[in-house]
Amino acid sequence: MAVETKAVKQPLQFSAPMVGLAGAFAGIFVGAANGSVLLGIILGFAILALLAFIALGVLDPKLEKPFKWGLIGVMALAGLLLGSLPGLVVGAIFGWFFGWFIYWIGMGRHRVPLQPYLTSGQVLWEYSFRVIAGAIFVFLITPILVVMPLSFNAEDFFTFTPEMLRFDPEGYSLKHYRDFFTSSEWQQALRNSLIIAPLATLLSVSFGTLAAIGLSSEHVPFRRAIMAILISPMIVPLIISAAGMYFFYSRIGLQGTLMGVVLAHAALGIPFVIITVTATLVGFDRSLTRAAANMGADPVTTFFRVQMPLILPGVISGGLFAFITSFDEVVVVIFVGSAQQQTLPWQMFTGLREQISPTILAVATILVAISIMLLTTVEILRRRSEKMRGMSPG
Amino acid sequence: MSTLKGSGPQTSDAPTPEDAFHEAAALDAREGEPPHGSGNGGPVLAADGTPLKRSLARALRAQKMRALALIAPLLIFVLLTFIAPIADMLFRSVENQIVRDTLPRTVEALADWDDTSGELPDDAVFDAAYTDIFLAAEYKLHTRLGSRLNYELTGVSSLFRKSGRGLDDIGEVYLDQFEDLDENWDEALPWAELMGTADSVAAYKAWVAAEENDEDFNDPIPAFEMRDDIADVLPRTAEAYSRFATFVRDEDEDSPFEEEPWTLVVTRLYEDLRDGDVSSYDGPRAEMLKAADALVDSPDFETADLKTAFGEIDEDWLDLRVWETIKMYSPAYTNGYFLNAVDMQKTTDGPALRDEDERIYGLLFKRTMFMSLVITFSCIALAYPVAYLLSTLPMRTANLLMILVLLPFWTSLLVRTSAWKVMLQQQGVINDVLVWLGLVADDGRLVMINNQLGTIIAMTHILLPFMILPMYSVMSTIPPSYVRAAKSLGATNWTAFWRVYFPQSVPGIGAGSILVFILSIGYYITPEIVGGTTGTFISNRIAYHISSSLNWGLAAALGTILLAVVLILYWAYDKIVGIDNVKLGG
Repeated sequence: MAVETKAVKQPLQFSAPMVGLAGAFAGIFVGAANGSVLLGIILGFAILALLAFIALGVLDPKLEKPFKWGLIGVMALAGLLLGSLPGLVVGAIFGWFFGWFIYWIGMGRHRVPLQPYLTSGQVLWEYSFRVIAGAIFVFLITPILVVMPLSFNAEDFFTFTPEMLRFDPEGYSLKHYRDFFTSSEWQQALRNSLIIAPLATLLSVSFGTLAAIGLSSEHVPFRRAIMAILISPMIVPLIISAAGMYFFYSRIGLQGTLMGVVLAHAALGIPFVIITVTATLVGFDRSLTRAAANMGADPVTTFFRVQMPLILPGVISGGLFAFITSFDEVVVVIFVGSAQQQTLPWQMFTGLREQISPTILAVATILVAISIMLLTTVEILRRRSEKMRGMSPG
Repeated sequence: MSTLKGSGPQTSDAPTPEDAFHEAAALDAREGEPPHGSGNGGPVLAADGTPLKRSLARALRAQKMRALALIAPLLIFVLLTFIAPIADMLFRSVENQIVRDTLPRTVEALADWDDTSGELPDDAVFDAAYTDIFLAAEYKLHTRLGSRLNYELTGVSSLFRKSGRGLDDIGEVYLDQFEDLDENWDEALPWAELMGTADSVAAYKAWVAAEENDEDFNDPIPAFEMRDDIADVLPRTAEAYSRFATFVRDEDEDSPFEEEPWTLVVTRLYEDLRDGDVSSYDGPRAEMLKAADALVDSPDFETADLKTAFGEIDEDWLDLRVWETIKMYSPAYTNGYFLNAVDMQKTTDGPALRDEDERIYGLLFKRTMFMSLVITFSCIALAYPVAYLLSTLPMRTANLLMILVLLPFWTSLLVRTSAWKVMLQQQGVINDVLVWLGLVADDGRLVMINNQLGTIIAMTHILLPFMILPMYSVMSTIPPSYVRAAKSLGATNWTAFWRVYFPQSVPGIGAGSILVFILSIGYYITPEIVGGTTGTFISNRIAYHISSSLNWGLAAALGTILLAVVLILYWAYDKIVGIDNVKLGG
């Protein structure tokens, strides 16, 4: 940002009511939890406005640090009195937040990241917008974050038990993980997933890469039509693919076989390989293959020694997409597979429909960890390949 | 992203055989014109002496072939593993061979019946149905046909099951009387002697003798052969007996020598004796046959009328609707499944809407469309601010926040669905928090799952990344200077956004919306788990028909309609965004 905005101390008649409003908002919840919402709002407003007045108007600005720590302590203590151990944690978080908030508003620090010429209305809008966007990010991530702690539940409940909220070690256990690793059904499902997904990935990557290279050449007749056919497994609703495969594979005896499931999953993974590899090939310099041929390399050598190393990141990330497609896939495997091909997602689906046990949550947590690993790999590969092509500023 | 085309090594700048080809063609064209000055004449030649044009054309063709050869394996693979199944599904939605295959004679006889006359079909139809259903019951095909027709007329399934057992009674009437006359009529061998060639009967007798003498004798029973001339005397009996002989040999792996014939054969014998004359017959078992003929001609011989007999098995056979249904579904291809899928049915007057209370698919399609639209709009509403924020923040922060978008995108669908199930339940996390905060009374917990709300919340979450990513990639190409320019020209914030920024972000909204809409109308897993009964989609109905009600034809028809909708949207997506421009992971 070219123009620096200076933090200017705001007048008290602005900061105290602002902080008070935030306090009133927090008061709604504290009040609701303790009987009276109205009282909570009024008290919240009064207490926070007063605190803001003390911090900004009475105390020396140098006392900022001690004031913040003091606020955390006081709020935590108040929380402990109102709601025991969870209250203490919530209180401490409130204390930390308001300590920061009072000075952020009062000292005008909130204006620093913005352009200096904005009106206060625009500043308000800017921050409301960020709060809304933040709420959407919370919406995106909460379900995943909720699953993780619940998977350590000592009870067979799908919600937080009072013990868990009290941070009682008794409330937590690894028993669902133990279930997962000892149950023969889950282990069989894991094994199946680990057999099917790599085989399907291998098929789609090897066919897909070749085809992507063919498609990237300039003189392909019917390019659009071919592309539409190859991408269609991604677009056609899974239930329709599943139904069709179920009918067709039972005709040719593939229904209920490992082979059938692998072929079906490979077909579903192909669009991802095609998309990522063709995207990588956009930046591939064809004169390199001509140069290799010029120096006497035959097409196979050229492919493995020149072209492949350059497009490898794209191929790998396409492969990861294909892998996760198969590893996550449940609709097609339910119809095309039989009980012997039960995969992890299938087992989870059955578990969810019949609500057997929170073992599902343990599995979910493990799967989230796997996705994080895969996501990291793909991101690294993507950046690397973009850097290699000089496309990314980052 | 805007730099994608401009920077980086590009192939289009380099000369290609195609460019050269055009140049050569241009050269040739010039040479074809009346001479202007360059009098060299003759086409330009390549190094090996062939005309340049031809040699370039060859190079171009070789390149095309190589590209196709690289694509071919995958194309064949996808055609076999994916396109063929879809085609099979389309085929099944109109295929209706089963009625024609199981009841061939009935279908033929019914062709002459006028289904608007209001009268039952004539005896010929009942006679044909007797043979068809009897054979189908022996081959155990009648229940399959029954369940097929039951989709069209409830009750047919049990009707066919009952008839499979009951049709034996018709023949029993005659069999009992013949048996009283001569025990041999209920034995296998006398029948075989009557119907079979002398050679095969002799071979069988020799086989019996050999088996009695030798304990280790293990030869198979000699094959039975029909005698040709018996068909002249007892045409219908011979036909029925030959069907029986084939059945015993192929299905039971036994021999007509050792199995007494079906009651169907006995009925046919009665008919032959009634209508024909056996006095000239002098083959094996002539005495037995003549005695039976005399019995049939005597006035006390008890007979059974086919129509009455059918009515006794189940009075539904005297119901016009059963015969109408059979006639209506006798063609090998039917539009019946599609009519069912749009809440219509075939009637004798042509297709008609079902009764108000039987219409479910129209409602389901409408609900699927409506909920997909709601999901798409909530995705737009939630994705727009996020995409905007991501595109305006500095790169480093945007990349960090992008992880929050990509993590759900990469997380297993079932993990996210189970998370929503955990959160939305009445004893779930959200309700617990609300109760703890006192915003909701403990006995007034919100119902957020197993209804439309649950499906909409969960699916909006699941599909949100598919909206954010295309929006982000469009928004990050919009230069911020445009909005600043608008503002400096005096536009208010709102005008600057609405008249300048928003129109430029529309392609992103379009791409994301079509993608989300396509994905959501075909969703199965999430509605199945969090949708209950009111929050399910058409896909759930398709799955139900495949795995529970086993009405595959209807499932295929519903799937075909859904597929048509998706393909239209896919086509639109291709026109608007282009398939090649689909991006994964930002």
